[in-house]
Amino acid sequence: MIREFGADEVIYIVFALRWTIALSLIAFVGGAVGGLAIALMRVSRLGVARLFAVGFIRVFQGTPLLMQLFIVYFGLNIIGLPTNAWLAAAVALALHAAAFLGEIWRGSIQAVPSGQGEAADALAYGYVTRMKDVILPQAARIAAAPTTGFLVQLIKSTSLASIIGFTELTRAGQIISNATFKPFLVISLVAVLYFLLCWPLSLAARRLETRFDRIAAR
Amino acid sequence: MYQFNFAPVFNALDMLLVGVWYTIQMSVAAMSLGLVVSLVGAALKTSGPRPLRFCVDIYVELIRNTPFLVQIFFIFFGLPALGIRLSPNTTALLALTINFGAYGTEIIRAGIKSISKGQIEAAQAIGLSWLQVLRYVVIKPALRAVYPALTSQFIFLMLGSSVVSAISATDLTAAANDLNSLTFASFEVYLVTTVIYLALSILFSTIFAGIGRLCFAYPVNR
Repeated sequence: MIREFGADEVIYIVFALRWTIALSLIAFVGGAVGGLAIALMRVSRLGVARLFAVGFIRVFQGTPLLMQLFIVYFGLNIIGLPTNAWLAAAVALALHAAAFLGEIWRGSIQAVPSGQGEAADALAYGYVTRMKDVILPQAARIAAAPTTGFLVQLIKSTSLASIIGFTELTRAGQIISNATFKPFLVISLVAVLYFLLCWPLSLAARRLETRFDRIAAR
Repeated sequence: MYQFNFAPVFNALDMLLVGVWYTIQMSVAAMSLGLVVSLVGAALKTSGPRPLRFCVDIYVELIRNTPFLVQIFFIFFGLPALGIRLSPNTTALLALTINFGAYGTEIIRAGIKSISKGQIEAAQAIGLSWLQVLRYVVIKPALRAVYPALTSQFIFLMLGSSVVSAISATDLTAAANDLNSLTFASFEVYLVTTVIYLALSILFSTIFAGIGRLCFAYPVNR
Protein backbone atom coordinates (compact mmCIF):
# COMPACT_ATOMS: atom_id res chain seq x y z
CA MET A 1 0.00 0.00 0.00
CA ILE A 2 1.27 3.44 -0.87
CA ARG A 3 1.14 5.98 1.92
CA GLU A 4 -0.21 9.47 1.37
CA PHE A 5 2.22 12.35 1.72
CA GLY A 6 0.28 14.12 4.48
CA ALA A 7 0.83 16.09 7.66
CA ASP A 8 2.28 13.10 9.56
CA GLU A 9 4.94 12.57 6.91
CA VAL A 10 5.86 16.27 6.85
CA ILE A 11 6.11 16.27 10.65
CA TYR A 12 8.29 13.14 10.59
CA ILE A 13 10.74 14.84 8.22
CA VAL A 14 10.74 18.19 10.04
CA PHE A 15 11.37 16.42 13.34
CA ALA A 16 14.28 14.50 11.82
CA LEU A 17 15.98 17.92 11.70
CA ARG A 18 16.72 17.49 15.40
CA TRP A 19 19.05 14.57 14.63
CA THR A 20 20.83 16.61 11.98
CA ILE A 21 21.21 19.48 14.45
CA ALA A 22 22.30 17.16 17.28
CA LEU A 23 24.89 15.42 15.11
CA SER A 24 26.18 18.80 13.83
CA LEU A 25 26.52 20.12 17.38
CA ILE A 26 28.31 17.02 18.66
CA ALA A 27 30.67 17.04 15.69
CA PHE A 28 31.27 20.77 16.10
CA VAL A 29 31.99 20.59 19.83
CA GLY A 30 34.21 17.51 19.40
CA GLY A 31 35.85 19.13 16.40
CA ALA A 32 36.42 22.37 18.30
CA VAL A 33 38.26 20.59 21.12
CA GLY A 34 40.31 18.53 18.67
CA GLY A 35 40.77 21.48 16.33
CA LEU A 36 42.18 23.68 19.09
CA ALA A 37 44.66 20.95 19.98
CA ILE A 38 45.64 20.49 16.33
CA ALA A 39 45.98 24.26 15.78
CA LEU A 40 48.19 24.65 18.87
CA MET A 41 50.33 21.69 17.79
CA ARG A 42 50.57 23.13 14.29
CA VAL A 43 52.11 26.39 15.61
CA SER A 44 54.06 24.67 18.40
CA ARG A 45 57.82 25.09 18.82
CA LEU A 46 58.07 21.26 19.04
CA GLY A 47 58.88 19.69 15.67
CA VAL A 48 57.15 16.39 16.50
CA ALA A 49 53.88 18.14 17.39
CA ARG A 50 53.97 20.19 14.18
CA LEU A 51 54.61 17.06 12.12
CA PHE A 52 51.70 15.21 13.73
CA ALA A 53 49.34 18.14 13.15
CA VAL A 54 50.39 18.52 9.50
CA GLY A 55 49.92 14.78 8.92
CA PHE A 56 46.51 14.77 10.60
CA ILE A 57 45.29 17.72 8.54
CA ARG A 58 46.71 16.27 5.28
CA VAL A 59 45.02 12.90 5.79
CA PHE A 60 41.60 14.25 6.76
CA GLN A 61 41.56 16.99 4.13
CA GLY A 62 42.93 14.66 1.46
CA THR A 63 40.42 11.82 1.78
CA PRO A 64 36.65 11.76 1.24
CA LEU A 65 34.45 12.17 4.33
CA LEU A 66 32.47 9.14 3.13
CA MET A 67 35.61 6.97 3.40
CA GLN A 68 36.33 8.38 6.87
CA LEU A 69 32.78 7.41 7.90
CA PHE A 70 33.20 3.88 6.50
CA ILE A 71 36.57 3.36 8.18
CA VAL A 72 35.32 4.50 11.59
CA TYR A 73 32.09 2.51 11.13
CA PHE A 74 33.89 -0.76 10.33
CA GLY A 75 36.85 0.10 12.55
CA LEU A 76 34.69 0.33 15.72
CA ASN A 77 34.13 -3.39 15.39
CA ILE A 78 37.85 -4.07 15.20
CA ILE A 79 38.66 -2.28 18.42
CA GLY A 80 35.88 -4.25 20.12
CA LEU A 81 33.07 -1.67 20.19
CA PRO A 82 29.62 -2.51 18.82
CA THR A 83 28.94 -1.26 15.28
CA ASN A 84 26.77 1.77 15.84
CA ALA A 85 25.86 4.38 13.23
CA TRP A 86 25.39 7.13 15.87
CA LEU A 87 28.83 6.63 17.40
CA ALA A 88 30.57 6.15 14.05
CA ALA A 89 29.00 9.30 12.56
CA ALA A 90 29.80 11.39 15.64
CA VAL A 91 33.42 10.22 15.85
CA ALA A 92 34.13 10.50 12.11
CA LEU A 93 32.54 13.94 11.77
CA ALA A 94 34.34 15.21 14.90
CA LEU A 95 37.71 14.04 13.54
CA HIS A 96 36.87 15.58 10.15
CA ALA A 97 35.89 18.86 11.82
CA ALA A 98 39.04 18.82 13.97
CA ALA A 99 41.23 18.77 10.85
CA PHE A 100 39.39 21.62 9.13
CA LEU A 101 38.99 23.77 12.25
CA GLY A 102 42.63 23.06 13.14
CA GLU A 103 43.73 24.44 9.78
CA ILE A 104 41.39 27.47 9.98
CA TRP A 105 42.52 28.30 13.51
CA ARG A 106 46.19 27.77 12.66
CA GLY A 107 45.77 30.53 10.09
CA SER A 108 43.99 32.76 12.59
CA ILE A 109 46.71 32.28 15.23
CA GLN A 110 49.42 33.08 12.69
CA ALA A 111 47.49 36.16 11.56
CA VAL A 112 47.88 37.72 15.00
CA PRO A 113 50.81 40.17 14.66
CA SER A 114 53.99 38.49 15.90
CA GLY A 115 54.75 41.49 18.14
CA GLN A 116 51.92 40.33 20.40
CA GLY A 117 53.61 37.01 21.14
CA GLU A 118 56.99 38.72 21.52
CA ALA A 119 55.49 41.23 23.95
CA ALA A 120 54.06 38.35 25.99
CA ASP A 121 57.49 36.72 26.01
CA ALA A 122 59.10 40.00 27.05
CA LEU A 123 56.70 40.18 30.00
CA ALA A 124 57.86 36.66 30.93
CA TYR A 125 54.37 35.19 30.48
CA GLY A 126 54.28 31.40 30.46
CA TYR A 127 52.89 29.43 27.49
CA VAL A 128 49.37 29.16 28.95
CA THR A 129 49.04 32.86 29.74
CA ARG A 130 50.56 33.87 26.42
CA MET A 131 48.06 31.74 24.50
CA LYS A 132 44.97 32.12 26.68
CA ASP A 133 45.19 35.85 27.45
CA VAL A 134 47.14 37.31 24.53
CA ILE A 135 47.08 35.27 21.31
CA LEU A 136 43.84 33.26 21.30
CA PRO A 137 41.41 36.12 22.12
CA GLN A 138 42.78 38.06 19.14
CA ALA A 139 42.83 34.96 16.92
CA ALA A 140 39.20 34.24 17.86
CA ARG A 141 38.04 37.48 16.25
CA ILE A 142 39.85 36.60 13.03
CA ALA A 143 38.47 33.05 13.15
CA ALA A 144 34.80 33.95 13.70
CA ALA A 145 33.79 34.29 10.03
CA PRO A 146 35.57 31.23 8.57
CA THR A 147 34.45 29.11 11.56
CA THR A 148 30.82 30.02 10.92
CA GLY A 149 31.36 29.21 7.25
CA PHE A 150 32.75 25.82 8.18
CA LEU A 151 29.74 25.14 10.41
CA VAL A 152 27.56 25.37 7.28
CA GLN A 153 29.83 22.86 5.56
CA LEU A 154 29.62 20.57 8.60
CA ILE A 155 25.82 20.66 8.73
CA LYS A 156 25.71 19.71 5.05
CA SER A 157 28.27 16.95 5.69
CA THR A 158 26.04 15.28 8.28
CA SER A 159 23.84 14.19 5.35
CA LEU A 160 26.50 11.57 4.54
CA ALA A 161 25.72 9.85 7.85
CA SER A 162 22.53 8.65 6.11
CA ILE A 163 24.71 6.38 3.93
CA ILE A 164 25.89 4.39 6.96
CA GLY A 165 22.28 4.18 8.13
CA PHE A 166 21.99 7.01 10.64
CA THR A 167 18.46 8.42 10.47
CA GLU A 168 18.84 12.16 10.16
CA LEU A 169 17.11 14.57 7.78
CA THR A 170 18.30 13.03 4.49
CA ARG A 171 17.58 9.45 5.60
CA ALA A 172 14.15 10.44 6.93
CA GLY A 173 13.45 11.96 3.52
CA GLN A 174 14.49 8.74 1.78
CA ILE A 175 12.27 6.66 4.05
CA ILE A 176 9.23 8.83 3.43
CA SER A 177 10.04 9.07 -0.27
CA ASN A 178 10.13 5.28 -0.56
CA ALA A 179 6.85 4.91 1.32
CA THR A 180 4.88 7.62 -0.47
CA PHE A 181 6.41 7.53 -3.97
CA LYS A 182 6.55 11.34 -3.94
CA PRO A 183 10.33 11.83 -4.32
CA PHE A 184 10.06 15.25 -5.95
CA LEU A 185 8.03 16.75 -3.10
CA VAL A 186 9.90 14.98 -0.33
CA ILE A 187 13.41 15.77 -1.53
CA SER A 188 12.41 19.39 -2.20
CA LEU A 189 11.16 19.64 1.38
CA VAL A 190 14.43 18.15 2.68
CA ALA A 191 16.44 20.61 0.58
CA VAL A 192 14.35 23.54 1.83
CA LEU A 193 14.91 22.48 5.45
CA TYR A 194 18.69 22.28 4.94
CA PHE A 195 18.57 25.67 3.24
CA LEU A 196 16.65 27.24 6.13
CA LEU A 197 19.24 25.83 8.53
CA CYS A 198 22.34 26.83 6.54
CA TRP A 199 21.43 30.10 4.85
CA PRO A 200 21.18 32.25 8.01
CA LEU A 201 24.59 30.93 9.06
CA SER A 202 26.04 31.74 5.63
CA LEU A 203 24.65 35.28 5.89
CA ALA A 204 26.09 35.60 9.40
CA ALA A 205 29.48 34.42 8.14
CA ARG A 206 29.42 37.04 5.38
CA ARG A 207 28.42 39.79 7.81
CA LEU A 208 31.17 38.82 10.24
CA GLU A 209 33.63 38.91 7.35
CA THR A 210 32.70 42.40 6.14
CA ARG A 211 32.66 43.68 9.71
CA PHE A 212 36.10 42.21 10.29
CA ASP A 213 37.42 43.72 7.04
CA ARG A 214 36.15 47.14 8.14
CA ILE A 215 37.89 46.84 11.52
CA ALA A 216 41.08 45.54 9.90
CA ALA A 217 41.07 48.40 7.36
CA ARG A 218 40.97 51.05 10.09
CA MET B 1 41.89 -10.25 18.23
CA TYR B 2 40.97 -9.14 14.73
CA GLN B 3 42.94 -10.74 11.91
CA PHE B 4 43.62 -8.26 9.12
CA ASN B 5 43.31 -9.80 5.72
CA PHE B 6 44.49 -7.61 2.89
CA ALA B 7 45.12 -10.44 0.42
CA PRO B 8 41.66 -10.41 -1.25
CA VAL B 9 41.90 -6.61 -1.64
CA PHE B 10 45.30 -6.69 -3.30
CA ASN B 11 44.25 -9.62 -5.51
CA ALA B 12 41.40 -7.49 -6.86
CA LEU B 13 43.36 -4.25 -7.05
CA ASP B 14 42.62 -3.93 -10.78
CA MET B 15 38.94 -3.52 -9.87
CA LEU B 16 39.82 -0.50 -7.74
CA LEU B 17 42.14 0.87 -10.41
CA VAL B 18 39.29 0.84 -12.94
CA GLY B 19 37.33 2.83 -10.35
CA VAL B 20 40.24 5.28 -10.03
CA TRP B 21 40.11 5.90 -13.77
CA TYR B 22 36.35 6.55 -13.63
CA THR B 23 36.79 8.96 -10.71
CA ILE B 24 39.54 10.88 -12.55
CA GLN B 25 37.51 11.06 -15.77
CA MET B 26 34.36 12.18 -14.00
CA SER B 27 36.18 14.78 -11.87
CA VAL B 28 38.07 16.30 -14.79
CA ALA B 29 34.94 16.37 -16.98
CA ALA B 30 32.86 17.94 -14.19
CA MET B 31 35.54 20.53 -13.51
CA SER B 32 35.82 21.49 -17.19
CA LEU B 33 32.07 21.85 -17.58
CA GLY B 34 31.84 23.49 -14.16
CA LEU B 35 34.45 26.08 -15.17
CA VAL B 36 32.29 27.07 -18.15
CA VAL B 37 29.29 27.43 -15.83
CA SER B 38 31.45 29.46 -13.41
CA LEU B 39 32.71 31.81 -16.13
CA VAL B 40 29.18 32.45 -17.40
CA GLY B 41 27.90 32.83 -13.84
CA ALA B 42 30.68 35.25 -12.86
CA ALA B 43 30.26 37.29 -16.06
CA LEU B 44 26.50 37.58 -15.51
CA LYS B 45 27.02 38.37 -11.83
CA THR B 46 29.46 41.22 -12.50
CA SER B 47 28.03 42.80 -15.65
CA GLY B 48 24.72 41.14 -16.49
CA PRO B 49 21.28 42.76 -16.28
CA ARG B 50 19.68 42.91 -12.85
CA PRO B 51 17.18 40.02 -13.18
CA LEU B 52 19.93 37.68 -14.42
CA ARG B 53 22.23 38.74 -11.59
CA PHE B 54 19.42 37.86 -9.21
CA CYS B 55 19.04 34.42 -10.83
CA VAL B 56 22.78 33.74 -10.45
CA ASP B 57 22.49 34.75 -6.78
CA ILE B 58 19.67 32.29 -6.21
CA TYR B 59 21.57 29.51 -8.00
CA VAL B 60 24.74 30.09 -5.96
CA GLU B 61 22.93 30.37 -2.62
CA LEU B 62 20.71 27.33 -3.23
CA ILE B 63 23.63 25.09 -4.16
CA ARG B 64 25.98 26.32 -1.46
CA ASN B 65 23.43 25.91 1.32
CA THR B 66 22.16 22.40 0.59
CA PRO B 67 24.10 19.11 0.82
CA PHE B 68 25.54 17.61 -2.36
CA LEU B 69 23.90 14.27 -1.52
CA VAL B 70 20.46 15.93 -1.51
CA GLN B 71 21.24 17.60 -4.85
CA ILE B 72 22.07 14.22 -6.40
CA PHE B 73 18.94 12.64 -4.95
CA PHE B 74 16.88 15.52 -6.29
CA ILE B 75 18.20 15.05 -9.83
CA PHE B 76 18.12 11.24 -9.74
CA PHE B 77 14.89 10.52 -7.83
CA GLY B 78 13.05 13.85 -7.96
CA LEU B 79 13.33 14.94 -11.59
CA PRO B 80 11.75 11.78 -13.09
CA ALA B 81 8.47 13.13 -11.64
CA LEU B 82 8.85 15.94 -14.20
CA GLY B 83 9.66 13.44 -16.92
CA ILE B 84 13.43 13.98 -16.81
CA ARG B 85 15.06 10.58 -16.38
CA LEU B 86 18.86 10.42 -16.33
CA SER B 87 21.29 7.52 -15.92
CA PRO B 88 23.32 7.37 -12.68
CA ASN B 89 26.52 8.45 -14.45
CA THR B 90 24.86 11.37 -16.25
CA THR B 91 23.26 12.42 -12.97
CA ALA B 92 26.62 12.28 -11.23
CA LEU B 93 28.31 14.41 -13.89
CA LEU B 94 25.44 16.91 -13.96
CA ALA B 95 25.29 17.22 -10.17
CA LEU B 96 29.06 17.65 -9.84
CA THR B 97 29.04 20.28 -12.61
CA ILE B 98 26.20 22.25 -11.06
CA ASN B 99 27.84 22.05 -7.65
CA PHE B 100 31.29 23.11 -8.88
CA GLY B 101 29.66 25.87 -10.95
CA ALA B 102 28.19 27.53 -7.87
CA TYR B 103 31.47 27.61 -5.94
CA GLY B 104 33.44 28.50 -9.07
CA THR B 105 31.13 31.44 -9.82
CA GLU B 106 31.93 32.94 -6.43
CA ILE B 107 35.69 32.29 -6.79
CA ILE B 108 35.95 33.82 -10.28
CA ARG B 109 33.74 36.79 -9.36
CA ALA B 110 36.14 37.55 -6.50
CA GLY B 111 39.04 37.25 -8.98
CA ILE B 112 37.48 39.76 -11.37
CA LYS B 113 36.80 42.11 -8.48
CA SER B 114 40.44 41.94 -7.43
CA ILE B 115 41.63 43.82 -10.54
CA SER B 116 41.46 47.52 -9.88
CA LYS B 117 40.57 50.05 -12.55
CA GLY B 118 43.74 52.01 -11.83
CA GLN B 119 45.87 49.10 -13.07
CA ILE B 120 44.09 49.09 -16.42
CA GLU B 121 44.33 52.88 -16.75
CA ALA B 122 48.02 52.77 -15.87
CA ALA B 123 48.62 50.09 -18.52
CA GLN B 124 46.83 52.21 -21.12
CA ALA B 125 48.79 55.27 -20.03
CA ILE B 126 52.13 53.58 -20.74
CA GLY B 127 50.89 52.69 -24.20
CA LEU B 128 49.96 49.02 -24.07
CA SER B 129 47.52 47.91 -26.77
CA TRP B 130 44.11 46.70 -25.59
CA LEU B 131 45.14 43.11 -26.30
CA GLN B 132 48.22 43.51 -24.12
CA VAL B 133 46.12 45.14 -21.40
CA LEU B 134 43.65 42.27 -21.54
CA ARG B 135 46.39 39.65 -21.50
CA TYR B 136 48.89 40.99 -19.00
CA VAL B 137 46.83 43.26 -16.77
CA VAL B 138 43.40 41.62 -16.67
CA ILE B 139 43.49 37.91 -17.48
CA LYS B 140 46.83 36.83 -16.05
CA PRO B 141 46.50 38.55 -12.65
CA ALA B 142 42.86 37.42 -12.40
CA LEU B 143 43.85 33.80 -13.12
CA ARG B 144 46.70 34.09 -10.65
CA ALA B 145 44.29 35.36 -8.00
CA VAL B 146 41.72 32.57 -8.47
CA TYR B 147 44.09 29.70 -9.29
CA PRO B 148 44.76 28.41 -5.73
CA ALA B 149 41.07 28.54 -4.77
CA LEU B 150 40.01 26.81 -7.99
CA THR B 151 42.52 24.00 -7.59
CA SER B 152 41.53 23.30 -4.00
CA GLN B 153 37.91 23.37 -5.14
CA PHE B 154 38.84 20.72 -7.70
CA ILE B 155 40.32 18.52 -4.95
CA PHE B 156 37.08 18.95 -2.96
CA LEU B 157 35.14 18.02 -6.09
CA MET B 158 37.18 14.85 -6.57
CA LEU B 159 36.82 13.81 -2.93
CA GLY B 160 33.13 14.77 -2.91
CA SER B 161 32.55 12.67 -6.02
CA SER B 162 32.76 9.56 -3.80
CA VAL B 163 29.17 10.43 -2.80
CA VAL B 164 27.90 9.58 -6.30
CA SER B 165 28.24 5.91 -5.37
CA ALA B 166 25.02 6.45 -3.38
CA ILE B 167 23.05 6.38 -6.65
CA SER B 168 25.33 3.56 -7.94
CA ALA B 169 27.18 5.67 -10.47
CA THR B 170 30.53 4.07 -11.35
CA ASP B 171 33.54 5.52 -9.53
CA LEU B 172 36.25 4.47 -7.09
CA THR B 173 33.88 4.26 -4.11
CA ALA B 174 31.39 2.19 -6.11
CA ALA B 175 34.23 -0.16 -7.08
CA ALA B 176 35.14 -0.39 -3.38
CA ASN B 177 31.50 -1.19 -2.52
CA ASP B 178 31.48 -3.98 -5.14
CA LEU B 179 34.75 -5.36 -3.82
CA ASN B 180 33.37 -5.18 -0.28
CA SER B 181 30.35 -7.29 -1.16
CA LEU B 182 32.62 -9.84 -2.87
CA THR B 183 35.19 -10.17 -0.08
CA PHE B 184 33.42 -8.95 3.11
CA ALA B 185 36.79 -7.51 4.16
CA SER B 186 35.09 -4.14 4.75
CA PHE B 187 37.73 -2.40 6.83
CA GLU B 188 40.59 -3.48 4.59
CA VAL B 189 38.75 -2.54 1.38
CA TYR B 190 37.88 0.96 2.59
CA LEU B 191 41.30 1.53 4.14
CA VAL B 192 43.03 0.76 0.84
CA THR B 193 40.47 2.90 -1.02
CA THR B 194 41.10 5.79 1.36
CA VAL B 195 44.84 5.52 0.77
CA ILE B 196 44.19 5.63 -2.99
CA TYR B 197 42.09 8.79 -2.58
CA LEU B 198 44.86 10.34 -0.48
CA ALA B 199 47.40 9.50 -3.19
CA LEU B 200 45.09 11.02 -5.82
CA SER B 201 44.67 14.26 -3.91
CA ILE B 202 48.42 14.55 -3.25
CA LEU B 203 49.11 13.77 -6.93
CA PHE B 204 46.67 16.42 -8.17
CA SER B 205 47.79 19.11 -5.75
CA THR B 206 51.42 18.47 -6.77
CA ILE B 207 50.51 18.74 -10.47
CA PHE B 208 48.51 21.93 -9.87
CA ALA B 209 51.33 23.46 -7.81
CA GLY B 210 53.75 22.70 -10.65
CA ILE B 211 51.46 24.27 -13.24
CA GLY B 212 50.99 27.25 -10.97
CA ARG B 213 54.73 27.80 -10.66
CA LEU B 214 55.21 27.46 -14.41
CA CYS B 215 52.39 29.77 -15.47
CA PHE B 216 51.79 32.25 -12.70
CA ALA B 217 55.16 32.98 -11.11
CA TYR B 218 56.01 36.65 -10.88
CA PRO B 219 59.11 37.48 -12.98
CA VAL B 220 60.73 39.09 -9.92
CA ASN B 221 60.77 35.74 -8.14
CA ARG B 222 63.24 34.24 -10.58
